[in-house]
Amino acid sequence: MPDGLCYAIETEGLTKKFADFTAVDGVCLRIPKGSVFGLLGPNGSGKSTTIRMLCCVLTPTSGKGTVMGMDIQKNPEGIKQNLGYMSQRFSLYEDLTVEENLDFYGGIYGLSKDIRDERKKELITMANLSGKEKSLAGTLSGGWKQRLALGCALIHKPKLLILDEPTAGVDPVSRRVFWEIIHSLSKQGITILVTTHYMDEAESCDIVSFIFDGKIINTASPEDIIKSEGAKNLEDIFIKYVERITNTKVSSAFAGVKFLNEESNE
Amino acid sequence: MNNSLFDIKRFKSIIKKEFIQVRRDPVSLRLPLVMPIIFMLLFGYAVTTEVDNISTVVFDQSMTQDSRDYVEKFIVSDYFTVNYYVNSEGEMIDLIDSGKAKAGLVIPSDFSIKLKTGKSPKTQLIIDGTDPTTARTAMNSGIIISEQYSRTYKETSLKMLGVSAAALPSTEINVRVWYNPGLESRKFTIPALVGLILQNITVMLTAFALVREKERSTIEQLIVTPVRPVELILGKLVPYIIIGCVSFLFALSLCVFWFSVGIEGNLLLLLVLGFLFVFCSLSIGMLISTFARNQLQAMMSMVLVILPSILLSGFIFPREAMPAAINFLGYLIPLTYFLDIIRGIVLKGIGAGYLLNDIFALCIFTFVILSISVLRFKKSLD
Repeated sequence: MPDGLCYAIETEGLTKKFADFTAVDGVCLRIPKGSVFGLLGPNGSGKSTTIRMLCCVLTPTSGKGTVMGMDIQKNPEGIKQNLGYMSQRFSLYEDLTVEENLDFYGGIYGLSKDIRDERKKELITMANLSGKEKSLAGTLSGGWKQRLALGCALIHKPKLLILDEPTAGVDPVSRRVFWEIIHSLSKQGITILVTTHYMDEAESCDIVSFIFDGKIINTASPEDIIKSEGAKNLEDIFIKYVERITNTKVSSAFAGVKFLNEESNE
Repeated sequence: MNNSLFDIKRFKSIIKKEFIQVRRDPVSLRLPLVMPIIFMLLFGYAVTTEVDNISTVVFDQSMTQDSRDYVEKFIVSDYFTVNYYVNSEGEMIDLIDSGKAKAGLVIPSDFSIKLKTGKSPKTQLIIDGTDPTTARTAMNSGIIISEQYSRTYKETSLKMLGVSAAALPSTEINVRVWYNPGLESRKFTIPALVGLILQNITVMLTAFALVREKERSTIEQLIVTPVRPVELILGKLVPYIIIGCVSFLFALSLCVFWFSVGIEGNLLLLLVLGFLFVFCSLSIGMLISTFARNQLQAMMSMVLVILPSILLSGFIFPREAMPAAINFLGYLIPLTYFLDIIRGIVLKGIGAGYLLNDIFALCIFTFVILSISVLRFKKSLD
């Protein structure tokens, strides 16, 4: 990445249409280098589609985007070489061991054996996977799998890490361990783009962007958003935005939901 | 930063990963060894066009030494096995109707008398024509046996009159059957079976290769890496090429040692061309894998490949007998060419010079199918 660049990702009117349906509608993003950037929004709001265009696996219908200074349409392979990606499904080879998974991705990114072995050691330590080197990935529990997937995404020391709902289906302790790793990576200068439905996680991001119906509604630091909307936390803001756009009331507390259910049962 | 079009490190990584996966999957290891045994033994005996021991009912109204001699000729031919002797036409019809007998030999009551008085008695052979192959064999062999009987009878009669049959002029045709002098159908079908089994196993092995990655969504991770389609597809093929070749050797040894169909021609040439065919069939499987979204679709596409190849390649039915359009379809099936090759080398013992067209066709098929696979596999989710 050219050093003069201040944004790791920049998009201009990025749009993706599937037949009649516009999944992503004129998205403009500016993600500063070295930041942890949270892309937030309800299911089906266009988060994954946006991410897939940035990873160059979906072609935008219109609009422009550069990732680490490279055009997403002109230089997809250049971007792929410098990008770490982790999908919500932890796409690991379950019939390969922890080490073999890391070895495989190391080879795919063209690392020599020495560098690969060194990186493997570092990542196993980073991901708290020590002692599990010879275990098949399929036998690992959710949190371990997730950290192995992160390790695989980091094997080639990418400058940019894109994480699509990395903590979905993972226990609260593993989530915290995972986010500690994310922030330590950020300190090393890696830019991180992450989507999540956990607003407590989102609050630890440097910048968050709310996306709804394929459009960006607001982008700012979590503190600024909370302050400007006069809300308690990001969760309230998420609900507020959904209510504002859909014009429907959302129960703000789970306790209330439970109460309603009990009443209807009687 | 590695952006080359073909990177050996990436290629080797794919191969290594595939090897590990194959090793850990007992099915893909055992299938190529178990399937040739099962298929060869099962089909090796089933796919035969030779008909003998046709169950026969005899309605002998003459009951004389002559008529018994006549029936005896049918029995010693091995084509007919007389399982029933009946005393009425009704019983005979019943046996043929019920399928217990496929042929009925009727000898008239004046059989012996007519012979002795110098007249020609008329016997009758009734044949169940449901299965034309059996019927044709019964008909042809019935006619020949009967003619032989009457010739021998004539010769004996002439000798009694003091005339030697050799004194009468006659033509004689000297028939020589090459390559398969015993006209054993197993020599025709077993080598072809090796080809068919090989095709089925290899197509099956690779048809799931990419589909598995799609189903387990590992493909999503792969396409965001710099790996190139050609590295991925060729890399995935390598372990299966080895498995396919082992499978070929296995099927071929069964052909030689179990079914005693020896190889007349050059073994090395056969092996090289067998490996070429393995590569070609693996590409077909890989092509299926690029467009099938799940294993079910891959299975159905496999049927689309396998079924026509059994019927149109000349495996069972001679392609010469097919209408031009259907015959042409056979040319679109790689197995057609390999059957020419394996039958040519195993039975006829011919060299590569006679097989150039077939070899060329297989090479073209492999190249085109592989190219389509590589082009079809786009690194995108569009």
